[in-house]
Amino acid sequence: MTLDLVAYGAFFLSMALTYAIICLGLNVQWGMTGLFNVGVAAFVAVGAYTSAILTTPDTADRFGGFDMPIAIGWLGAAIVSGALSWGVGALTIRLRADYLAIATFGVAVTVQLCMLNLQPLTGGAFGIGFIPRPFAGLQGDALLFSLANCGLMALIVLVLYLGLQHLSRSPWGRVLRAIREDEAAAQALGKRPIRFRLQAFTVGGAIMGLAGAAQAHFIGFIAPDNYMPILTFQVWAMLIVGGSGNNRGAIAGAILVWGLWALTGAAVSAFVPPEEQARAAALQIVAIGVGLCLMLLLRPRGLFGEKSPLSRMRDAQQRPKE
Amino acid sequence: MNPQFLMDGLIAGAIIGLGAIGVTLTYSILRFSNFAHGEFLSWGAYLALGISSALGVLGAGFTTPLGPFSFGWSLPIAAVLAIILTGLLALAVDAVLFSSFRRRGSAIIIMVMASFGASLALRSLLEFLFTSKPAYFTQALQIAMKLGGGLRATPDQLAMLAVALVSVIAVHLVMTRTDIGRAMRAVSENPGLAGIAGIDVRRVIRTVWFLGAALACVAGIMSGLIIQIRPYLGHDLLLPLFAAAILGGIGSVPGAMIAGLIIGLCEALAVQIVGAEWRAAVSFAILIAVLLVRPRGLFGKAQ
Repeated sequence: MTLDLVAYGAFFLSMALTYAIICLGLNVQWGMTGLFNVGVAAFVAVGAYTSAILTTPDTADRFGGFDMPIAIGWLGAAIVSGALSWGVGALTIRLRADYLAIATFGVAVTVQLCMLNLQPLTGGAFGIGFIPRPFAGLQGDALLFSLANCGLMALIVLVLYLGLQHLSRSPWGRVLRAIREDEAAAQALGKRPIRFRLQAFTVGGAIMGLAGAAQAHFIGFIAPDNYMPILTFQVWAMLIVGGSGNNRGAIAGAILVWGLWALTGAAVSAFVPPEEQARAAALQIVAIGVGLCLMLLLRPRGLFGEKSPLSRMRDAQQRPKE
Repeated sequence: MNPQFLMDGLIAGAIIGLGAIGVTLTYSILRFSNFAHGEFLSWGAYLALGISSALGVLGAGFTTPLGPFSFGWSLPIAAVLAIILTGLLALAVDAVLFSSFRRRGSAIIIMVMASFGASLALRSLLEFLFTSKPAYFTQALQIAMKLGGGLRATPDQLAMLAVALVSVIAVHLVMTRTDIGRAMRAVSENPGLAGIAGIDVRRVIRTVWFLGAALACVAGIMSGLIIQIRPYLGHDLLLPLFAAAILGGIGSVPGAMIAGLIIGLCEALAVQIVGAEWRAAVSFAILIAVLLVRPRGLFGKAQ
């Protein structure tokens, strides 16, 4: 019994950690740079499909199945998603801020269409199955298998976290924050905002692609239904709740919101009669939308929001007096 | 090629154009792209459906079809009430959400994000209230009339085209010939200066919300009457709406309508040539082309 609970806990945590990776990617785009991406689901999906096509065994009725190692699939996922973000960014970042949002929304709609209709590439509505899972050799022992996977996800999150922390303290991260806070001043210091924004958008997109691949290999099966707009909303809710601009907040927000989501989902399926479940699920989504607006209205910096450079400076000035 | 696609494209385009006028007005006057605008189309359609079914219960006379049309008096009456209610809904959303961001002087992108959250809540609320099962204003079937030149249209479709035309002309006249229209254009040019010149900016903002939502309601009812009513009706039209607003040039009412018709016709053409499954990608292709070639759109002012 307790072993089952541990296995379930590990499964839950692995799932939450894959969301944490997406959230870290979004934090590079929004938290660090202030770029609004409404098509998170598309970049995750592109990563998932890329890795699935690269690593699954050869399939007769579908392009590829190149049977490559998982690591290559993940690398490919990050590269293809990054390239897609670069393309979208190159097109829109120099225009008005909203155009990027509208374009990424368009990307989400179009990627959804491609997943459904490019049958020879994506398997259509049925998606792609038999995606090799990491530690497949341990599959006989459910507990060990889920713990190993959970450990792997935790390792990825940790490495990304340390890398991003380093990046945000690096000169590159400081320029990004400067551009976000006061573009004209940064420009006056000779920094080219468009180039830095585009770089950040690409890095964020690549991380989302990696997250999509990690998630696909963890579940072992992908289909267009996994990448509906609701995924984008969930990730945004995670980042806003956790606090944008703060990598620790992004991870905590992902685990917290995913926990709430899974818990209410379980409550719905346990207590609501089957014919009313679709309605209850809709209500669950209303709650996310309202929650997102409330956070923006009442606590825009989130639970663990980034301290603004100004208030940090004020703290530093006040300290000597005390 | 069968020229019938022209008729389908015109009708889809009129729906997109009416919705895009609201998007372009919010964008040019309130200065943010409203991702919740599609939900006004869905809410408009469902409000009209609710009122028209209530009228049908009150008296059978309301549902007797009018002349060649598939609907009785219940629909036009419901449409007028639904237009007012959708306008009030937009004002309520603004009062609860967007006005406090304006007061605080929040970044534009925060408003875009809030509209994104509001759209999710509004759409799922419809799904909760009405379930995702498609609904219809009437069950009556209509026979398409021959118009000559190989074109066919049902009386409903022709009536809706006429309604769209009248609405666009009315909005254009309001924008160019009335005081409130001049005030709206002034606020769009420079809100600070307009305020100093004695223009009641808050009244302008209320008018923008009401007008945009009213047109969205008309578009939603058109789409509901000709196709069907679903909670995702507005969400699925959102990308064409944005594409039309940008292609037409932000702030241009005739531009939004013309761009809507262009997009509707392109979609219908793509359905003929490529296949119906790629219809939704047409607006994305147009959007990318506009952003590459002429980001200010057909009738937009240079930034």
